[in-house]
Amino acid sequence: MVISTRTLRFTIAVFIAGLPLFSFANPVSDTTKVQTEVSHAVADTTHAVAEASHEAHAEPTDAKSKIKAFINHHLLDSHDFVFSANEETGEHYGFSLPIILWDGGLQVFSSSKFNHGESVAENNGNYYVLHHEKIYKTDAAGTLKEGHGGHPENVKPLDLSITKSVVGILGIALLMFLLFTSLGKSFAKNGGISKGPGRIFEPLVLFVRDEIAIPNIGEKKYKKYMSYLLTIFFFILFLNILGLTPLGFNITGNIAITASLAILTYLITTLTANKNYWGHIFWMPGVPTPMKFILAPIELLGTFIKPFSLMIRLYANILAGHVVLMSIIALMFIFKSWIGSTLSFGLAFALSLLEILVAFLQAYIFTMLSALYFGMGNEEHHHDEAHH
Amino acid sequence: MEKLINDFSFGLFIWQVVIFVGLIFLLKKFAWKPILDAVNDREEGIKNALLSAENAKKEMQNLQASNERILQEARLERDTLLKEAREIKEKMIADAKEEAQTQGLRMIEQAKASIESEKNAAMAELKSHVSSLSLDIAEKLLKDELSNKDAQMKLVEKMLGDVKLN
Repeated sequence: MVISTRTLRFTIAVFIAGLPLFSFANPVSDTTKVQTEVSHAVADTTHAVAEASHEAHAEPTDAKSKIKAFINHHLLDSHDFVFSANEETGEHYGFSLPIILWDGGLQVFSSSKFNHGESVAENNGNYYVLHHEKIYKTDAAGTLKEGHGGHPENVKPLDLSITKSVVGILGIALLMFLLFTSLGKSFAKNGGISKGPGRIFEPLVLFVRDEIAIPNIGEKKYKKYMSYLLTIFFFILFLNILGLTPLGFNITGNIAITASLAILTYLITTLTANKNYWGHIFWMPGVPTPMKFILAPIELLGTFIKPFSLMIRLYANILAGHVVLMSIIALMFIFKSWIGSTLSFGLAFALSLLEILVAFLQAYIFTMLSALYFGMGNEEHHHDEAHH
Repeated sequence: MEKLINDFSFGLFIWQVVIFVGLIFLLKKFAWKPILDAVNDREEGIKNALLSAENAKKEMQNLQASNERILQEARLERDTLLKEAREIKEKMIADAKEEAQTQGLRMIEQAKASIESEKNAAMAELKSHVSSLSLDIAEKLLKDELSNKDAQMKLVEKMLGDVKLN
C-alpha cells in the first residue's frame, strides 16, 4: 500500500493534463463542421430549420459528438431554462423565459414559441428563428441565408431577452442584496457584532478591504473604491460558484459579462485618475524627449490592454474549467467500464474541488487587479522625488 | 477571435451593466456603508479598549510603586525615630548619673566643711572652757593658799579629780 504521494500526484497530473487532449482536441473546427452541415440542411428544405437547430444539440448519433454538442450548447447562454431533456421523446424539463426584442418596436413573447429552437416564432406579423442561441429575423418558412464562416446573414434584432444568464445575474443580485443588507443591519441590532447568514462573508469583506484595497490603492483614497471592489468580488465569486452547481449556468464564462465588468473597471480607472497618471501616459517623466513620443502610444495602448486582459482572463479560466469538467464527466459515459468510469468520477471530483479554488482565485484576481489599476490612477509623485 | 465576437451578446451585455451598476449603488447605500462603518467603529472600539487597558495597567504599576515608596519611607522614619529615642534615653541616663554624682560630691563636700567648722567651734569652745576653768582653778587655789595650806592642797587635788571626771 506504500505509494509515494509524489508519484501519485505526478500520475494524476499527467492524467489531467492528458485527458482533454484526446477527448476534446479541436472543438473549434468540429463546431464549424457541424455548423456548415446545419447551414446546408437549412438551404435545402423548408422545415429544415427545426432539424438544423435540433442537430446542434441532439441530432449527432455517436456519443462523442453528442457530448461535444452538449458542451458547446452549455457554454452558450440560453433563451429558456432547461434542467434536463429527454432525447428520445424530445421532452424538455424546465421553464420558458420571456423574449424581448427591439425590432421596429418592442416585441415581447415567451420563449416557448421557439419550442427549444425547433420551430419558427411569430409575433405581431414578424417571424423569428433561434439558431445557436441567437435570434434571427426570418420569413414564415424560417429560411436562413448562409453567410461567411457558417453564420447566417439574416438580420439580428437587438435581443434584450431575459435569458438564463440574466435570470442568474438577477438571482445573484437579489441574493447579494438580501445577504449584505441583513449583514449591515445586524451590526446595529447586535451591538457591533454581526449575526445571521451574512456573517460568513464578513471576513471576506475585511479581506477585500485589508488585503486588496488598502495595499493597492492606499490608506487615503481606498474608501471611494470600496463599494465597487466589494460588489465585483462577491458578484464574480457567487457567479463562479453558481456555475459549478448542476443548474448549468455559465455566466462568468460569457464574454459579454466579463467585458462589461472590465469596461466598468476601465471607466472607473480613467474617470478617477489624477494628473500624475495622465502625465505618465502622455509625457513620461525621466526619459529623453524622443523616447517620450515613442512611449506615449505604447502607454495609451497599455491602458486598453489592462482591462482587456481582465476580460479574457476571467472568461477563459471559467470557460476552460467548464469544458474540462464536463469533458471528464462525459468520459464516464464514453468508457462505460467500471474502472474507467470510477477513475473519471474521481477525477471529476478532484477537478470540482480545484474549480472551487479557481472560483475564489479568479474573483480575487479580478478584484485585486482592478484595485491595482485604481491605485495606479491615484499614485502620487514618486518619480519626481528621485530627481530632486 | 471571430468566435469571441460571435459569442458576444449585446442584450446580455446591456442587462449585465444595468443590473450590476444598480447593484453597486444599492449595495453601497444599504450594505457596504453600514458594514464598513460598523467594522470601523468596532475596530476603533477595540483599539481604544486596548489602549485604556494599557493605561490602567501603567497607572496600577505607578500606584504600586508609590505605595512601595511610601512604605519604605515610613520604615526609614520609624527606624530613625527609634534610634533617636534610644539616644535620648541613654543621654538622659548619663545626664542623671552625672548630676547625681556631682550632687553627692557637693553634699559630701558640704558635710565635710560643716564637720570641720563644727569641730573648730568645738575646739574653740573647749579652749575657752579650759582657759576659764584654769583661771577658776587658779583663783580658787590662790584663795586657798591664802587660808589653809592643807586645805588648799586638798582642794587642788579635788579640783583635779573633778577635771578628770570632766
